[in-house]
Amino acid sequence: MDYSQFLAMKQEIGLLVVFLLVFLYDTFMPQRSGKALPVFTTVLMLAATVAGFFPCLLGTGSMSAFAGMYETSPIVCAIKGVLNIGVVIVLIQSYVWADSAPMQQRRGEYLELTLLTLFGMYLMISARHFLLFVIGLETASLPLATMVALDKDHYESREAAVKYILTAIFSSAVFMMGLSYVYGLSGSLYFNDIAVNIASQMSPLLIIAMVFVMAGIGFKLSLVPFHLWTADVYQGAPTSVTSYLSVISKGSAAFAFLVILAQAFGTIYADTWEWMLYALIVLTITIGNLFAMRQRNMKRFLAFSSVSQAGYIMLGVIAFNVTGMASLVYYILVYIFSNLAAFGVIQAIENATGKLSMDDYKGLYKTNPRLSFAMMLAMFSLAGIPPFAGFFSKFFIFTGAIAQRSVAIYVLVLIALINTIISLYYYLLVVKAMFISPDECVIPTFKSACSERLGLWITVAGIILLGIVSCVYNWLSGIAVM
Amino acid sequence: MTTLAILILAIPLFMFLLLGLLGMKMSHKLAGWLGCLGMGTTLVLAYTTAFTYYFDPEYTSEIGQRLQVLLFNETWLQFTEKLVINIGFLLDPISALMLVVITTISFLVHLYSLGYMEGEKGFQRYYAFLSLFSFSMLLLVVATNIFQMYIGWELVGASSYLLIGFYYTKHSAVSASKKAFIVTRFADLGFLLGILILSFYTETFDFITLTSNPDAVLTRFGGATFMGASALTWALILIFTGGMGKSAMMPLHIWLPDAMEGPTPVSALIHAATMVVAGVFLVARMFPVYLLDFDATLFIVCVGGITAFYAAMVACTQIDIKRVLAFSTISQIAFMMVSLGVASDGMGIPSHHGLGYMASMFHMFTHAMFKALLFLGAGALIHAVHSNDYTAMHGLRKYMPITHVTFLIGCLAIAGIPPFSGFFSKDEILAACYHWHPFIGLWMSMVAGLTAFYMFRLYYLIFWWKEHKVEHGHTPHEAPLPMRIPLIFLAAVSVVAGFIPFGHFVTWDRMPYDIHLDLAVAGSSIGIALVAIFIAYKMYCHENNAPAKMKAALPALWDWCHHRFYWDELYMFITHKIIFGLICKPIAWFDRHIIDGTMDAFAIVTNKASYAIRGLQSGQVQMYVWVYLIGALLLAAVGIICVF
Repeated sequence: MDYSQFLAMKQEIGLLVVFLLVFLYDTFMPQRSGKALPVFTTVLMLAATVAGFFPCLLGTGSMSAFAGMYETSPIVCAIKGVLNIGVVIVLIQSYVWADSAPMQQRRGEYLELTLLTLFGMYLMISARHFLLFVIGLETASLPLATMVALDKDHYESREAAVKYILTAIFSSAVFMMGLSYVYGLSGSLYFNDIAVNIASQMSPLLIIAMVFVMAGIGFKLSLVPFHLWTADVYQGAPTSVTSYLSVISKGSAAFAFLVILAQAFGTIYADTWEWMLYALIVLTITIGNLFAMRQRNMKRFLAFSSVSQAGYIMLGVIAFNVTGMASLVYYILVYIFSNLAAFGVIQAIENATGKLSMDDYKGLYKTNPRLSFAMMLAMFSLAGIPPFAGFFSKFFIFTGAIAQRSVAIYVLVLIALINTIISLYYYLLVVKAMFISPDECVIPTFKSACSERLGLWITVAGIILLGIVSCVYNWLSGIAVM
Repeated sequence: MTTLAILILAIPLFMFLLLGLLGMKMSHKLAGWLGCLGMGTTLVLAYTTAFTYYFDPEYTSEIGQRLQVLLFNETWLQFTEKLVINIGFLLDPISALMLVVITTISFLVHLYSLGYMEGEKGFQRYYAFLSLFSFSMLLLVVATNIFQMYIGWELVGASSYLLIGFYYTKHSAVSASKKAFIVTRFADLGFLLGILILSFYTETFDFITLTSNPDAVLTRFGGATFMGASALTWALILIFTGGMGKSAMMPLHIWLPDAMEGPTPVSALIHAATMVVAGVFLVARMFPVYLLDFDATLFIVCVGGITAFYAAMVACTQIDIKRVLAFSTISQIAFMMVSLGVASDGMGIPSHHGLGYMASMFHMFTHAMFKALLFLGAGALIHAVHSNDYTAMHGLRKYMPITHVTFLIGCLAIAGIPPFSGFFSKDEILAACYHWHPFIGLWMSMVAGLTAFYMFRLYYLIFWWKEHKVEHGHTPHEAPLPMRIPLIFLAAVSVVAGFIPFGHFVTWDRMPYDIHLDLAVAGSSIGIALVAIFIAYKMYCHENNAPAKMKAALPALWDWCHHRFYWDELYMFITHKIIFGLICKPIAWFDRHIIDGTMDAFAIVTNKASYAIRGLQSGQVQMYVWVYLIGALLLAAVGIICVF
């Protein structure tokens, strides 16, 4: 056996080491030192992130392991690194919550499950064989249900977990069914073999198989109409878990989706999944927006906002070219910073006052101007207002899609643009509530914790800098290969 | 010299930034003295520059022609290879002259304002704006190209707007500032179009390139015409339109009388001595190009001649002393315009060695001095009685002796009585007019007579007539020292400035020559002025009913003059009834109903749709799974139908 193939998996191995160290620390260290566990995890994750970036920077080509089941390449390393950065920010933002009285017993579980699901996502991204992909998918999905239930003293948290696990199991079943058809039609589970074998045979069964496969992953991405769990679960889950769900889980699934569609089904792009995805994107962006308009609960609001953002991310998939891939990774990176900035503010306010309704945010600027500014930047970035990063990510993802040069795609981009205007409306509702609404200040002035402020500084810096520093996108588009 | 040039522009700009940004943290005194110090330094630098230029043989060529010197000229914007906008510093006889005029008046106004504006709210802001204005005006006059001039031109307009509206809580001041800005901006549109036409054909903005070889300009235009007139005429008349706006020529003069709502020192600086002569300066700067086109010069002469007469008539009937001075300013600037116009003989050669050009610049110089003197004197009067109307002033000569004497000197100067400065410059203008065409000469002589009449009407009504029995609650007092110094200084200049051999300094081709008094013209104009003053003396020196009788004898004429020939009403009619009613209202309707309506409909549909689909999110997992499954199957079904 060639042990050097493990070198390709250095990011996974690094993550496993982090997981084991955290597990050991949690199990064997005395109870009182548990307080330092989140910081310990963050530092280790940071180290793993930095280490993981090295092969990327060195410009190594793609490497595979386990007879081609597993593959890595610079862009794969990049997306994993991006997810790592997101996890680090999520962890920093969750310190206060992890320190709260009911969570002290379960702090370890939270951290370990986070790392474990991340490991599953790594496998999803790197899998080039559906067996490994399914393992990754389940590893990434099942522990999430537990994480959603971490606030088990709260009824909503338990309800959300039940809803999540039920729909997730259903979705997995549909996905497996689709997969079995694919296997039946192609005789293999390797992506490359599937691509070759199904190229010549179009059949109704293949379309059904494709739809089921897409539904399975669309569930994780919360594409309409597979999205209905999103709002309830996002609202019920502890806010740290919600932010993890909304950026990391979604980001990894988006990239995995791109890899599957491009590598396993790339040969039947025009016949099947292009228009399927087309329909899903239109539905997702529009319905996500229409629901987001009416939400008053901030977490539910961001849930629908993330539904429509997923639609925008899918534009990078439908582009089916290198620009699309690079802009998808860039979009996820920017989306992580923007969304986490919004969640950071929500968490800070929730931890201090327990308020979650948009109506409570009225006059926030008077009492907590800095938080309001951070929130405003997050909203501007999500809405895609220049010069913030969100503008550029939308710009690049549209550019990638338009490079397809078909009238249908032009129409799609136009629909996406119109939806951007609608989204601007509801993002500005939040800004309006904070800045313009009559002076009834519900939330008193408070001092947020150091960790919360650190998290906000990082995300706000990201929102501003990613818009200005053009080398990030250049670097991504340099290493992207289909 | 280059360093001096940069400093001349940089110091006022710096003072503007300093006082504008940090002024509120300073005391009034500090801000005021800082402003004066800044302007004083600029004054010294400008004097040094101008004197070096005029007297150092280095700046004169071997045949005695004064040179045009580019102290610096940096590329600011490059559009194409040829189309470049520079920022620079052009030193030639007229820009050196303007440097002296602007810095002198500006410095005196800075000083005078220390007393006049004492204790006003926003004192620091006032000084910041004064600095901004000085900077813009200097930028304008030293412009090396027409576009830099345009930049300075607009900045001047903006700072004038800020200063007219200085008392921004006063409704009349706010509307006056808006009026001034809108009217001049409207004129500047013509200016910009003119610049574009000119540069389109000549492919340059640069003054030296344009003026040193006018024939090349003519060749480049190559006989292009538009609507019956040559493109060159269009360009020059449009450029002149900008000058008409700034210099308040009819029919764009309506803003200047209202601009008197600003503080009086501002009126002296901007609306009498410097900014309003920008139009004259513009034509003078482009003079060699104007020489090429007789239609454009004829247009200038006509506009100037009509404006001069009109403004003089109106000035005879105004009650507000600042308005009298405002109309007098319009009339005097029209003199300069006519003078520039008559410097061209219509065949591309300046008539009578460009006498009109020299006279115009001479009058611009002397007028700046005595008109600033009159305005500052008016300021002292207003300061004393707290009213702008002469009806509140009668008989002030005993209470304010210095103001009285200096004001009288100003009146004598503007009336053209020797040996005061106005006599010399106006005499040259009249001589130039007579040389060009006797009719213009007679016409302008008549206006000169009117000038003497209305100025002395004003003088007698303020300082003589029947004295009020102390009814102001307090006795009017003489102005404080910082206000008296500028008055005395300007009075002294107004007395002696006429003896400057102006022809040695400023001529159209920069070749010095001696000027001679034209005895016939001088004698007749003195005669006319003396007669006018005598009539004014008879009518207004002592209380009598002559003015009332005259008013009764010519009711229609008096009414028209008093209401400024109803120009404002005409403008109101055109803007409100025709433009607003017939053009703006339909457009507004279209905007509100069609454009907004479409947007609203879009929003309403979105909202409705959002409301309609809310049932999808029921909270029941069974339902979620059903939607999931049905959605997937539908997608598959549609796909199968479409593909097969």
